[in-house]
Amino acid sequence: MPDYSWPPMDKRRVMGKRFTRLDGIAKSSGAAKYPSDFGAKDLLYAVILGSPHAHAKITRIDIADAKAHPGVTAVRIISAEGKEMNWVGQEIASIAATTELAARDAARKIKVDYEILPHLVHEHDLAKAGPRARPAGEQTTGEPEKGFQECQTVVEGTYNIPVITHCCLEPHGQVIQWKGDSIEYWPSTQNVSGIGGDLAKALGVPVTNVHVQMEYMGGGFGSKFPSDLWGAECAQLSKESGGRPVTLFLDRAQELMLGGNRPSVFAKVKVGAKDGKLHAWQSETTATGGFTGGGMNADLFPYVFRDLPHRKVNHTAVSINTGSARAWRAPNHPQQAYVTFSAMEDLCAAMKVDPLDFFSNNIKMVRQASLRDTYLRQLQKGAELIDWKKNWHQRGDMAKGPIKRGLGLGFATWGGLGHDSKCRTTIHPDGTVEVELGTQDLGTATRTMIAMVVSETTGVPHTQIKIRLGDSRFPASGASGGSTTIGGVSVSSRKSSMNALEKLFEKIAPLLNTTPDKLEAVDGSIRVKSEPAKSMSWKAACQKLGIQPITEMGENVGRNAPREGLISQGVAGIQMADVSVDIETGVVKMNKLVIVQDCGLVVNPRTAESQAYGAGIMTICAALCEERIADQQTGLTLNPDMEFYKLAGAGDIGEIIAHMDIHPDNDKRGIIGLGEPVAVGGIAAIGNAVANAIGVRVPTIPLTPNRVLAALKQSGHVNGRSIA
Amino acid sequence: MSSTQDPKATTMDPASQKPAKKKSPVSRRGFLQGSGVGAGVLTAGMLASPEEAAAQAAAVSTAAVAITLNINGKMLKATVEPRVTLLDCMRQYLDLTAAKRVCDRGTCGACTVIVDGKVMYGCTMLAIDAQGRKIETLEGIAARKHPIIQSFVNNDAQQCGYCTPGMVVASKGFLDRNPSPTFEEVKKGLGGNLCRCGTYVGIRKAVLEAATELKGGAKTNA
Repeated sequence: MPDYSWPPMDKRRVMGKRFTRLDGIAKSSGAAKYPSDFGAKDLLYAVILGSPHAHAKITRIDIADAKAHPGVTAVRIISAEGKEMNWVGQEIASIAATTELAARDAARKIKVDYEILPHLVHEHDLAKAGPRARPAGEQTTGEPEKGFQECQTVVEGTYNIPVITHCCLEPHGQVIQWKGDSIEYWPSTQNVSGIGGDLAKALGVPVTNVHVQMEYMGGGFGSKFPSDLWGAECAQLSKESGGRPVTLFLDRAQELMLGGNRPSVFAKVKVGAKDGKLHAWQSETTATGGFTGGGMNADLFPYVFRDLPHRKVNHTAVSINTGSARAWRAPNHPQQAYVTFSAMEDLCAAMKVDPLDFFSNNIKMVRQASLRDTYLRQLQKGAELIDWKKNWHQRGDMAKGPIKRGLGLGFATWGGLGHDSKCRTTIHPDGTVEVELGTQDLGTATRTMIAMVVSETTGVPHTQIKIRLGDSRFPASGASGGSTTIGGVSVSSRKSSMNALEKLFEKIAPLLNTTPDKLEAVDGSIRVKSEPAKSMSWKAACQKLGIQPITEMGENVGRNAPREGLISQGVAGIQMADVSVDIETGVVKMNKLVIVQDCGLVVNPRTAESQAYGAGIMTICAALCEERIADQQTGLTLNPDMEFYKLAGAGDIGEIIAHMDIHPDNDKRGIIGLGEPVAVGGIAAIGNAVANAIGVRVPTIPLTPNRVLAALKQSGHVNGRSIA
Repeated sequence: MSSTQDPKATTMDPASQKPAKKKSPVSRRGFLQGSGVGAGVLTAGMLASPEEAAAQAAAVSTAAVAITLNINGKMLKATVEPRVTLLDCMRQYLDLTAAKRVCDRGTCGACTVIVDGKVMYGCTMLAIDAQGRKIETLEGIAARKHPIIQSFVNNDAQQCGYCTPGMVVASKGFLDRNPSPTFEEVKKGLGGNLCRCGTYVGIRKAVLEAATELKGGAKTNA
C-alpha cells in the first residue's frame, strides 16, 4: 500500500501555498451559473402560497380560479381543509405557470378560509409559554450550592441572544425536470451526493431515477441539506406540467421565514471564583428553534472552560409559531460562547482582574486537555495583534468625552473531522489528471484545495488538474456541514491520486530501469528519487499508457481517519474585539476584530483566511445588527427582508485580522475543518468589549443603540459618574 | 422619465433616441378593461384626457409589450409585462444572469447595473423604463476585461459568489466616478451592497488594487 501521509511541512510544494481560487474568474465575471440562474426555453416558474397566519386551521380551500388563470400549468394543494398551519408562511399550495408573474397572480386567486387559533411567537417569557415550554435537560456536577458558598466572588447576570436567520443570498430552491423515469435535479444545496436520495424518498421513486447537478450555490451556512417540501413540489409540478422544467425558489420573505434560523438563547447565569479560579457555574437557559422547540446540548455549558468543580445547568425548550431552526454554522456554539464568556467577563470585572490573566490561570478548566497549550499560545498572539496590554483597562473607559473604547475576548472550539468521501482519479494518456467526486464547493474553495492536494501528489500544476464535482453520478461524498468537507475530500483525493500514480509508476519503472517504489512525481516529471537526472516528463510518461487511462479510487472513512494520520479533529481558536461606543448615541463601532485559529495542517492559507474573515463578519452582524423580530399581537415576523433584517456592510466591520495558527504542533495533526470554529467567539468578544468600554453589561444582543442607551440609563452612571 | 408620466417611454426607439412610429401595444380599451376603471372615472374628471388615460394604461396594464433594451451596446428585444423589473427582464427573458435577485427591494445590491453611467439596482427599475438608456451589466464589463475582475480574484474577494456580480459592478461604477479613492471612500462607496459570506475584507482591497491598476494602465488591456 502506498504511503499516503502528507509530505513534511518544509517539503510541501503546493499545499500550504497562498493560491487564488480556481473558480475566481467564473464568479467575478458573472459566468458562474447558479441553480437559480438556470434558463431553458420551456422553463416554468413556480411559487409557493403560504399561510398568512401564525396559527390557523384551513376550513376551505378553492383553487379553481387559480387553475383557470392564463399561463398556469399546474396547481397543487399542499395543505388541505382541516390542516393546521403552525407558522406564517407554512406551505398551503404550489403553482406553476409560464411566467413568474402569472404564477404569483394565480396564487392570489386561491381562496382560503381559516379558523384563527391562538399563537405564541415569543419564547422568553416562560409564564406566557405555559405548556409549550418543555424541560430539555438538567445536569449537576459536584455540589453547586456548597461551591458557590466557597467562592469569594459570585456574579449573576442575564444574557440573551435572539433568533437569527441564515438569510442565504441565493434562496432555497431548485430547478427540476421530471420526464418519464428521469428526474433532472438542479438544487442549491450543501449535499450533492445525498439530496437525490432524499428527493427520491419523498417522491416514492428509485433513487437511480434522480440525477443531481450543481456547479455553484449561493450560500447555505447549514440550512441547505434536505430536498425539502419545495423540492418535492417542484418535481410534482414538473410532472403535472407534462415534464417541462420548473424553477422554484423561495422569495426573500419566505427565505427568511422558512429557509432556516438559529435558535435563540435566554440565559440566567451565576458564576463564582475561589482564589482566582473558576469554581462554580449555574445556568438556566431557554431557547426556541421554532415550532419544534429548541433543544440544546446542555453538556456544553460552560463553554470550553467546562471542567470546573461545581456546575448545574438546565435548559428549557419552547415551541413557538415560527418556521423551524436549521443547523447554523457551528450549531449551539456561538450562543454558548456568548453566554459563557459574557458571564465570565462579568466575573473578571467584579474581581478587577484582566480576563487574559484570568483565562490563562484557569486553562486547566479547558475540557479538551490537548488544546490547553494551543489556547495559551493563541491568547499571547491575539494580545499582540490587538495590543491588549496597552489598550485593555478595567471596566469603564475613563477617557474624557462621549467615545469610550474597550477590548473583549471570546473562545472557540470545534471537531471538524473529515466526513466519508470517495474519489476517482483518472490519469489520461494525454497527461490530463481528472478528479471526480460528488462533493460541492460552497465558496470555501473546496475545488481549489482538492486540486492542490492532487497537485502535491502527482506533481502536475494545480491549475491543470481537472476537478469535477457537483454531480450525483460521481463517487459519493458527505454533505458539507460541520466543517467536515476538507478533511473528507483531501483524504479521498490524496488516496485516489496516489493509487493512480502507483499504477503509472509500475508502467514507467522498467523504462527508467528501476522499480516503482524508487520513483517520485515532482514538478511535472517522474524521476528516480536517488538520481533525479533519470526522469521522464509527465506527459511522456502518460503517453506510454497507450489508449488505456488509469482510473483508481480513494476513500476516507470518517471513523478510521484519525488512525491514518492524514486528518484529525478538535481545534482551538480565540477572538478579540476592539470597539468604540458613543455613549450619547449608543452606536457601537468596530475598530478591530482579531481571529487566531488553529485547524491543523492548513491547505491554503489565503482561502482559510477568507473563511475566518467571513465568519468574523458574521459574528459582527450577529453582535451588532442581526435579529428576527416577531410580533406577538399579529404573529407576524416584522422584518423578513434585507432592509430591516440588518447585515453589516463594508463600512461596518472595522479592521479584521485573521491569523491562522500555522505551527508544527498543529500541522502534525493533519487537516481539520475550519468553517465553524471561526464563527463562534466573536459575539462574546464584541459584547465584552462594549462592557469594557462603557462600564456596564448590555445583556441582549444585537447591541443596537437603543439597547446600549437603555443599559447605560438603567445603570445610572457612566464610568463612576451619575447620568441621572 | 417614468411611465406614469410619459406614455412614449414604452415606445422609444433606443437606437435613434426618437419616439418610435409603431403604435403602443397597450390599447385604451384594454387598459380600462384590465384595470377595472369604468367610464365614470373619465367623466368624473379623475383622468383629464385620453392621453392621460393611455399613460396610465402603460403603467398598470398587465398585457405584455415588446421592448428593446440597449445592454452592453447590443439592442436586445423582449416581450414583457410593464411591471417586469429590469432585473427580471434580464434574468428571465434575456438570459443575462450575472445580476442576481436577492432582496428584490433595492437594499442588497446583488442586482447592481450601470444605467446611463449611474450605478443602480436592477430590481428598482421597470424594464419598460430602461428603454432608451445605456445599460451596462457585468457581462459587458467582463467582456472588456476590466481590471476589477482580476483584482477580485487576486484578493479572494468572494466566497459563494452570489453577491459578487453586484459587488463587481458597484466597484466598477464607483471607480468610474472616483478613480483615486481612499480606503474610507471605498467603504462608503460600497455601502449599497451586502454580502452574507463576509467577503468585504477582500473586496475593499480589490477596489484599491483595481484603482492602482487602472492608473498604471500598461498592465491591463482595459
